[in-house]
Amino acid sequence: MSDPLLAVDGLRIGFGPAKDGAEAVRGVGFTLEAGKVLGIVGESGSGKSLTMMALLQLLPGQARCSGSARFRGKELIGMRKSEIRHLRGKDIGCVFQDPLSAFNPVKTIGDQIVEAIRLHDRRISRRAAMKEAEELLAAVSIPQPDQRLRQYPHEFSGGMRQRAMIAMAIANKPALLIADEPTTALDVTVQAQILDLLRTLTRERGIGLVLITHDLGVVAGMADNIAVMYGGRFVEAGTADEIFYHTRHPYTRGLIEAMPKLDRPEERLVAIEGTPPSIWSRPPGCSFAPRCYFAQERCRQQEPELRDLEHTRSACLRAEELPPRETVAHAQDTGKDMTL
Amino acid sequence: MLRYVIKRMITIPFLLLGVASVAFVLSQMTKGDPLAALLPERMMSNPEVVAAVKAEWGLDQPLPVRYGIYIGNLLQGDMGTSFTTRRPVAQDIAERLPATLELVIAAMIVGSSVGIGIGLLSARFKNSALDIGTRGFALLGSSVPIFWSGLIFLYIFTVRLDWAPGTGRLDARSTPPPDITGMYTIDALLSGQMTTFIEALSHLLLPALILGWTVTGIVARLVRSSLLDSLGQDYARTARAKGAPERVVLLNHALPNALIPVLTILGFTFAYLITGAVLTEAIFSWPGIGSYAVTASRSLDYPAIGGVTIVGATAFLLANLVTDIAYAWANPKIKVSQ
Ligand SMILES: Nc1ncnc2c1ncn2[C@@H]1O[C@H](COP(=O)(O)OP(=O)(O)O)[C@@H](O)[C@H]1O
Ligand code: SF4
Ligand SMILES: [Mg+2]
Repeated sequence: MSDPLLAVDGLRIGFGPAKDGAEAVRGVGFTLEAGKVLGIVGESGSGKSLTMMALLQLLPGQARCSGSARFRGKELIGMRKSEIRHLRGKDIGCVFQDPLSAFNPVKTIGDQIVEAIRLHDRRISRRAAMKEAEELLAAVSIPQPDQRLRQYPHEFSGGMRQRAMIAMAIANKPALLIADEPTTALDVTVQAQILDLLRTLTRERGIGLVLITHDLGVVAGMADNIAVMYGGRFVEAGTADEIFYHTRHPYTRGLIEAMPKLDRPEERLVAIEGTPPSIWSRPPGCSFAPRCYFAQERCRQQEPELRDLEHTRSACLRAEELPPRETVAHAQDTGKDMTL
Repeated sequence: MLRYVIKRMITIPFLLLGVASVAFVLSQMTKGDPLAALLPERMMSNPEVVAAVKAEWGLDQPLPVRYGIYIGNLLQGDMGTSFTTRRPVAQDIAERLPATLELVIAAMIVGSSVGIGIGLLSARFKNSALDIGTRGFALLGSSVPIFWSGLIFLYIFTVRLDWAPGTGRLDARSTPPPDITGMYTIDALLSGQMTTFIEALSHLLLPALILGWTVTGIVARLVRSSLLDSLGQDYARTARAKGAPERVVLLNHALPNALIPVLTILGFTFAYLITGAVLTEAIFSWPGIGSYAVTASRSLDYPAIGGVTIVGATAFLLANLVTDIAYAWANPKIKVSQ
């Protein structure tokens, strides 16, 4: 039998005392097949970063974590430090949000990529690793890679830095790449280039990608599957098309409406009103209820579980009753051809 | 970078001139009478003798004239003649500065390496017994007064255990090595006198440890907090995500960043100790600048006080310059922008 690349189940992450502390991630589960792209979308504070950091045991020291996360069948949660260290940066690569702070300011880009290579293979000489680093920079389309190698992070532009970060993350040919808001710190024009690079690299090299973002637009053309996260849970999950065209959750709907429309930029964006609940004061029942247009009394009493619907899986008590989104209008919005 | 250094160097003499002027004015404002140092008490009542001595030392001149003479002499490297030793102040200082430098350099080497070591251990094993123990040790160093720890150490290691030699830079009857740098250990090494070297080193050890302990306290605390800060930075997480073991994260990533602020403190501590090692010098009969300064200020020896002030100020200005250069060298962001 073949295990999926990544299978997460019942992942929980909490802070504070075990009894009456707060939970930031509350039972998250998904699977990712090799070479596929999963987009995890949700507002800031919904628990996306924690979820991914838990896989590499890179959670802040005081966090409590339980549940299961199997990488090629091997359990990551609770794996010995000495063992998981060999997966980090080797089989699982990471790209972070702010490439300026993510690089060490006092070391050259070349040294940092060389370190990534040699941490996992001491037999490679520094010189050979430097050569490899140069090829990697070329692969992520950084001009004059031989000179760039000798420069410090602050000498790179934001976009180039993120390219270098991606080069470093794929240095050891990982099977899984975790990209946590890789374009959030960048200019809009550069964002598209970085996404393009990620898409090409992962496709060419058969790398599975978990792409974390607060912007549904980012995963629109990229993800095979999308999970929408709110208040520490997945509130809706499905294929990209299912999410965009058959969403059965008011929160997802809000995110879609908040996307900038390429062909109608003059239209005001409809942001979801209100702010997400703090993990320390989550309302009972559906965590989205205080902001939900469709909320009813029962929503404030009973917490909805993720359940299978015709298209997506949704955690909304009223999933079936929601009036349909104007799918045709949306098709125009995203420029997608709906005439099958 | 070079232009910046040269610019800074040019400003140093002007700053020193300012310091000398301030020192001069301050010394004139003190109430005491320098004649006390120049004359035995019973002669103070003889107006002729007093007038003669005043004339000899220029104390009869009006203030602005004395200032003019003082500065004029300074510019020629003449700091005047000490009231107490009756020798040129510049000569006194030239003899005593190397002793202080030797002591302070040794203390800095011991203190900063132990301090950095302790900082690393306590950051790596935060809140463990090791952390608490080593931090306690470092804290003691910066809080126990030297006159106390110095005397206790002297008593234990010299009097009781006889592990360390007595006070002074050498045994009473030994001859110093040929004068090259004025630092006995180095001069002995340079001229191949191994027995003298070992003797000088053993004399240096105890005062350097005592003085170094105070440096350890300062450095360890700063290194620890600076390391903990670095370990929480994004680049440390990146290093971990690359598969770096915690030891590598600490030494290769956190430490180089954490040491940048430490450089500044080291520079200042060094400059401070040049004139601030007074107590250590006094307890260990170390003929350095600190003990000279104490004698000078006790007897209102203006020229000597001025000389020490200028040495102290020079130490600060140079340390500041060196620190800035080191800072720029350690910090690529500054290096390139200059
Ligand atoms: N070190 C921490 N201590 C306490 N709470 C934390 C800590 N880190 C994160 N959290 C909580 O967990 C929530 C989710 O964090 P995170 O996963 O970073 O969100 P996201 O990446 O979706 O923006 C945050 O709202 C925050 O309240
Ligand atoms: S369960 Fe109720 S409150 Fe929650 S999303 Fe559905 S309709 Fe809104
Ligand atoms: Mg995040």
